[in-house]
Amino acid sequence: MRAGRTARAAAAVLAVVACGALAQTNTADEIAKYRAALQDGNPAELWEARGEALWKEARGPRNVSLERCDLGLGPGVVKGAYTHLPRYFADADRVQDLESRLVFCMVSLQGIPEAEAKEGPFGGPDHKSAIEALVAWITSESRGVKMDVPQNHPKEREAYAVGEKIFYYRGGTHDFACATCHGEDGKRIRLQDLPNLTTREGAQKAYTTWPAYRVSQGELRTFQWRLNDCFRQQRFPELVFTSDASVALTTFLARNANGAAFDAPAIKR
Amino acid sequence: MADPMKIRATVAGDSTEVKVLMSHEMETGQRKDSKGNVVPAWFIQTVTATWNGKPVLSAQWGTAIAKNPFLAFKFKGGAKGDKIQVTWVDNKGDKRTDETVIA
Repeated sequence: MRAGRTARAAAAVLAVVACGALAQTNTADEIAKYRAALQDGNPAELWEARGEALWKEARGPRNVSLERCDLGLGPGVVKGAYTHLPRYFADADRVQDLESRLVFCMVSLQGIPEAEAKEGPFGGPDHKSAIEALVAWITSESRGVKMDVPQNHPKEREAYAVGEKIFYYRGGTHDFACATCHGEDGKRIRLQDLPNLTTREGAQKAYTTWPAYRVSQGELRTFQWRLNDCFRQQRFPELVFTSDASVALTTFLARNANGAAFDAPAIKR
Repeated sequence: MADPMKIRATVAGDSTEVKVLMSHEMETGQRKDSKGNVVPAWFIQTVTATWNGKPVLSAQWGTAIAKNPFLAFKFKGGAKGDKIQVTWVDNKGDKRTDETVIA
């Protein structure tokens, strides 16, 4: 009698576990379907339109547009530029990602004070971010282009090495590293599958689908935001917008995505 | 003023499909800000669409529509080069009209 009851209980537990596993794979499939359904009407296009207008609009104390901004392929060349970033820029004498390059251009071309250019980079209900819109448009001009992040200049190689170190560095109150969540297949946060960024496919799939419109936030988010929020979730000190650390980590992740076709702005839950 | 809409219209066979992305906060009036004050309702109330000036869609919307709404609809007729015009009006009286030609 007693043994029978235990066996029945064990069978019930097994059934629950099996259901759990099934629900998990179904959830991933359903989320993929949900994304496909939304892709057609991706509100990121609204950011792209606003970003293109901002790029061409004369702004700042010098009242000039960003159309002379050199994103690495020459002044004003936008097509495909994002796939070569981050890279070393001689005029700034540092490695820059798209966001830090945009800040640099706002300061050097338009005469906007640096603090103002960096203010409120992530949009919310009360304010719209110029950076997010510009990034949306500029990255959209690289859709379909293969990632080709350079490692020629010593500072580019240094940024990659520092970025790799940050990726594996454990710290904070939870003793977390980026690699804690992104170093193995099949990890997830709640129902979200996490990419394994130590594999080529994982790094490529993740990097080429940012920036993205986050449906849950109603905002378009850039890669700087992605890293900033990962740091928050790890309970790390805040990752300062366009800091050397953020650019180094971006260099590491972008370079690992080399060879994959860029496919963003995307749409995510 | 509100940001422009993105409108695409394509003819297939005897009908035309129109896809519209609108930029709007669509506040329900049920949310509170960080200070605990209610964020006032602010949403698109009416949407109309015309084909060469002739109404093909008229809709009344409420707070259940998502932020930055996406609207897709089909109507019978339409030819390449015809004009499609979409207008929304929100509960604050703000409005926006944009147009495109059928591709």
